[in-house]
Amino acid sequence: MSVSPSAAPGASPAPGSVQEVASGLRSVGYLPGESTALVSFLATKLGKPVLVEGPAGVGKTELAKALASFLGRELVRLQCYEGLDEAKALYEWNYRKQLLRIQAEASGTGWDAVQEDIFGEEFLLARPLMSAIASEQPVVLLIDEIDKTDQEFEAMLLEVLSDFQISIPELGRVESRTHPIVLLTSNNSRELTEALKRRCLYLWLDYPELEHELEIVRLHAPDLRETVARRLVEVIGMVRALDLKKPPSIAESIDWARALLLLGAEEIDSETFNETMSVIVKHRADMDVVAERVGLKLGAPAATGPGGATGPAPPDPVAPHVA
Amino acid sequence: MSPERPPPAAEGLPAPDGLPARVLEFGEELRREGVAVGTSELLDAFAVLREIEWTAQEDFREALAATLAKSQEDRRVFELVFERFFFRAVELAAAREGVREEDRAILDELTEEELEALRAEIAAAIRDGAEGTMRDLARMAIAAFARRQEGSGVIGVDVQRIRRALGLRAEPQPDLPPEDPRHDGLPREALRRFEALLRRELERSQIERTGNLPPARPLGELDRALPSGPLADLAAVHRVVAQLRRRLATQGMQMRGHRRHAQVDVRRTMRASLQTGGVPVELKFRPRRPKRPEIYVLCDVSTSVTSASVFFLSVLHALHDTFRKMRSFVFIERISEVTDIFEHERNFKTVSERIGSDAGVADISGYTDYGRVWSEFLVQVEDDLHPRATVIVLGDARTNGRDPRADIFAQIAAHAGRTFWLNPEPRLYWNYGDSVIAAYEQYCTAFECWTTAQLEDFVRALTRPVVSA
Repeated sequence: MSVSPSAAPGASPAPGSVQEVASGLRSVGYLPGESTALVSFLATKLGKPVLVEGPAGVGKTELAKALASFLGRELVRLQCYEGLDEAKALYEWNYRKQLLRIQAEASGTGWDAVQEDIFGEEFLLARPLMSAIASEQPVVLLIDEIDKTDQEFEAMLLEVLSDFQISIPELGRVESRTHPIVLLTSNNSRELTEALKRRCLYLWLDYPELEHELEIVRLHAPDLRETVARRLVEVIGMVRALDLKKPPSIAESIDWARALLLLGAEEIDSETFNETMSVIVKHRADMDVVAERVGLKLGAPAATGPGGATGPAPPDPVAPHVA
Repeated sequence: MSPERPPPAAEGLPAPDGLPARVLEFGEELRREGVAVGTSELLDAFAVLREIEWTAQEDFREALAATLAKSQEDRRVFELVFERFFFRAVELAAAREGVREEDRAILDELTEEELEALRAEIAAAIRDGAEGTMRDLARMAIAAFARRQEGSGVIGVDVQRIRRALGLRAEPQPDLPPEDPRHDGLPREALRRFEALLRRELERSQIERTGNLPPARPLGELDRALPSGPLADLAAVHRVVAQLRRRLATQGMQMRGHRRHAQVDVRRTMRASLQTGGVPVELKFRPRRPKRPEIYVLCDVSTSVTSASVFFLSVLHALHDTFRKMRSFVFIERISEVTDIFEHERNFKTVSERIGSDAGVADISGYTDYGRVWSEFLVQVEDDLHPRATVIVLGDARTNGRDPRADIFAQIAAHAGRTFWLNPEPRLYWNYGDSVIAAYEQYCTAFECWTTAQLEDFVRALTRPVVSA
């Protein structure tokens, strides 16, 4: 749970077309698929929450960050976990401060005066949902991994998501001054309730197609040679097609591209692959499968031309420094 | 080559003001296919359509999908229904207006060389996955083969005939020259799309010939069934099961709501009270852990359920990860316990191989013998069965004419608390031929299980808290 500072000062006006959203997201380093741009556009237009589902590592959380920085809004993030309750998500009374206050006033003042005092905004700890709603500037609210919470919490969210208001018994109702853009992400580990789905637009993010992923990799590792990048994406595709415990995500393709860049690899042959495989495959059992099914197909380094030898050799001087 | 067609969404709808009616009909059609489309979803759809150009087909479809289909399964049904609905809408409008395409006659008798060139061109388009080219070539192919008077009139048959005549296969064809795209085999997915295009074009010409639409066919269960082919689809099955596993792991969560009998955890309450100066403002409760049932699974691995047993074994594998107290058996003619294999092998493939080689469940005929299986099972576990145990049988209940011995099965069911039967066959085929599921069904709860939805129904039943009688 954190409130990150907004990337650009001053909120930009709502975008006018799907293309504008698409190019805006591109400009902040997120390459959206067609439906992603469309649904983001609709979310800004209609002010409805978006439920984003898809396998791990396809950029669900990144989408929220990109939207926030493109729209020049603050990103308020609520990370969900099992057992998350209202006190952690909405608001909490600052007990310690209240106690101190009572002790400071110990003698002389009547109960009524103190009670007036200790249930004021001063003693309220705003948690992510509360701060998203109470914010002066419009924000992007990211509710991450909603499927990790229990159903009660989901029910509580309904009030927030449909009316953008929170009722606090001691204070009254806090209504939103601005309309936040809400993104909920889910890994689909639990069926969400119909009531919640009904209030959301639905976006399914899947692993990108080859060309699209190539573009993403090139964007994040621009110094990697075109041929290597293409080969890399093809190999990732092959690995994903296998039956693995954890297929490599987009973030891992990017990591791998950077690793290859550091090593100055000119070619992805079986030797390079076996050495760097641990960047994309993270399970013991998976590694065996991948080495057997993909590694062997790539061909030995000797057969792939003179520039193929890499491995533990010192990094190629051509390779630029990557932080 | 045919003139470029505008996208169907723009073509068939009479006018923008006819659109709301179409969208409502479309929603109605989705409901008929079991997608929960409420009024609020439709209102959202209209709100969305105000914001986008309804003439851009992709946007139109994505916008409708975002508001109407709210899960991955729904999305799949949505795609199928969308295709069908708007295809029909277009054709209906075309038939009404009397629009006909005249370009079908351009292809005269093709020489063998020209045919070969067409073949290569189609194969190249499929390899590259170029949708537009594929569509045009599909029309060419149909026109070319219609000349040869081989049409059977049945669309499904014709599609396969054309595909065979073009020599399009997913498997590598090493006898072709290496520069031919078919040499290394064609991508299965693109090949499937080409077939769909062929089917679509054949339907179109049929409608044009007869001047009216054939009756709409509801989506068969088969369209959404679990992929059941071997290896290629194994990964897909496994993904479904992985999802299932996560759901199973979080199943107990609904129990949290019932705090009525919660127990105060004194230690944690005291600890928390330090924050508030020793005043126990916040009570901490002991978490309620739902009782995991003890499970016995019997899985049929005979040939009559081959396609389903891959699926079953992976379900079994998933269950093993979730329920600690679980014993698995596989059977054909005899029964064999495979709990160990599952416990020590994490890799699904090795598990299925080892079961194939070590289990030794087939005797002579390789046909399932339920009677013998029950008696062996009862001998092995009779002493361990108790009212909290759950017995699950995965099988098609086809006895090959042998005695079902439902009486022994009844004994098993009586010893165990709950007994479930998962049948991979559609309910339609139950008790037909040598299926004797009715004999067993009176002692257990039987589920048909060949789609993900059905599997989830079963999981819900399985994880429901056991109410002791």
